[in-house]
Amino acid sequence: MSLKSSKLQLNDQGQLRHFLGIDGLSRELLTEILDTADSFLEVGERAIKKVPLLRGKTVCNVFFENSTRTRSTFELAAKRLSADVLNLDVQTSSTSKGETLYDTLRNLEAMAADMFIVRHGDSGAAHFIAGNVCPDVAIINAGDGNHAHPTQAMLDMLTIRRHQAPFEQLSVAIVGDILHSRVARSNMEALRILGCPDIRVIAPRTLLPEGIEQYGVRVFNDLRVGLRDVDVVIMLRLQKERMQSGLLPSEGEFYRQYGLTSDSLALARPDALVMHPGPINRGVEIESAVADGAQSVILNQVTYGIAVRMAVMSMAMAGQTTQRQSRQGAV
Amino acid sequence: MSDTPDVEVLIERMGQELAAWLDRTTRPDPAIVGIHTGGAWIAERLRDRFLPDAPLGTLDITFYRDDFEQIGLQPGVRPSELPFSVDGRHLVLVDDVLMTGRTIRAALNELFDYGRPASVTLVTLVDIESRELPIRADILGTSMKLATGQRIKLTGPEPLRLTLTHTAES
Repeated sequence: MSLKSSKLQLNDQGQLRHFLGIDGLSRELLTEILDTADSFLEVGERAIKKVPLLRGKTVCNVFFENSTRTRSTFELAAKRLSADVLNLDVQTSSTSKGETLYDTLRNLEAMAADMFIVRHGDSGAAHFIAGNVCPDVAIINAGDGNHAHPTQAMLDMLTIRRHQAPFEQLSVAIVGDILHSRVARSNMEALRILGCPDIRVIAPRTLLPEGIEQYGVRVFNDLRVGLRDVDVVIMLRLQKERMQSGLLPSEGEFYRQYGLTSDSLALARPDALVMHPGPINRGVEIESAVADGAQSVILNQVTYGIAVRMAVMSMAMAGQTTQRQSRQGAV
Repeated sequence: MSDTPDVEVLIERMGQELAAWLDRTTRPDPAIVGIHTGGAWIAERLRDRFLPDAPLGTLDITFYRDDFEQIGLQPGVRPSELPFSVDGRHLVLVDDVLMTGRTIRAALNELFDYGRPASVTLVTLVDIESRELPIRADILGTSMKLATGQRIKLTGPEPLRLTLTHTAES
């Protein structure tokens, strides 16, 4: 399925009104998200970590798939924008009573929700909602299937921008289960748009999707070759359930070949950043000493994630607002 | 196009008045906060010439504006920087043009999210006499009445100049 985000997520003035995916967005827009996030980062350091921007707005976390951490950072981001937050664990509520996705969301819309943060196991769920169910509610994709996790990508970009040289000068390696990773996809797109000249993916053949070359990346099957002289290493979480599927020989074997250890990290540049979207599996894809080491910015990523989500939420809400204004003006 | 006053002359006089005001009202050890962008330029000059020991901060009020529902989020927001504790501090808040007073309202709200200042003194370069809120400057450079469709803008940082423009609308 082709999921073109560009048209759907922008309003008539080219501003963000949903945030569904990275593809099709301009470098200017991604940079605006990062700049806005920088300002929100400063808000997080104040005595009162709150701005009144979304006061009186209602934000619904609609998670069809579990994710405590992503959900709590979205919740915190919304609260720091002064929005009211409703958390819906849809898995355990109406869907089990047979209510369809469509009906669940239309009901929430009737409760005057202004924004849905959607996590769903199916690729394209957020697009479907933005396109067909509630176009006037700002939809933020918090991860859909193997497809996209755009706010994770933007927080990774913010991390790189704050801790490394400009994107145009960087070599970035993404390591691990690329096949099942929506984070990897969104990151490859964001890096390309922001002008990163050397994007590498490092994975066993069984964990690489077909047509990976379309992302403009260099593919490596050998970690020790791929990591050479990179400025940034983005590790992906190895999901245990993949082990059972026969795609991998064993956990120990994967760690030996693709685990980021002090030894393999030494092949990268001395100031290379170590990143991971979390939660980390110590001793499965990353050595503890590396995860906790001086080059690790894994916990900074969490902090930046709140600021990026505040930026995207306020920009999308603004885009919906101006869209409504211009439509009323046109009548 | 009519003449606009010399900004440096205005700042010189405002600085003297400000120093005398802080002395008279017993507001020792102040910190200066300029509102991004024009206010920050003026604040820096006031600090350099009249209050060399005062720490300097800048405020971007984008997240506190009251017109989000009308115009959305203004692009180009920059982080506010207040490299000192606001609690118990005498603050000098500096803006370039006092128009409706809404910017100052937003700035005050933002300042109070950093802490509880002992006092806030408002310094503005120009008051164009179109206030919509009960907010006026303690120290004022000059007042100007603008004709319909006229706008005034401070350009800078070097040199600082007040520029009058005419807009087609309104």
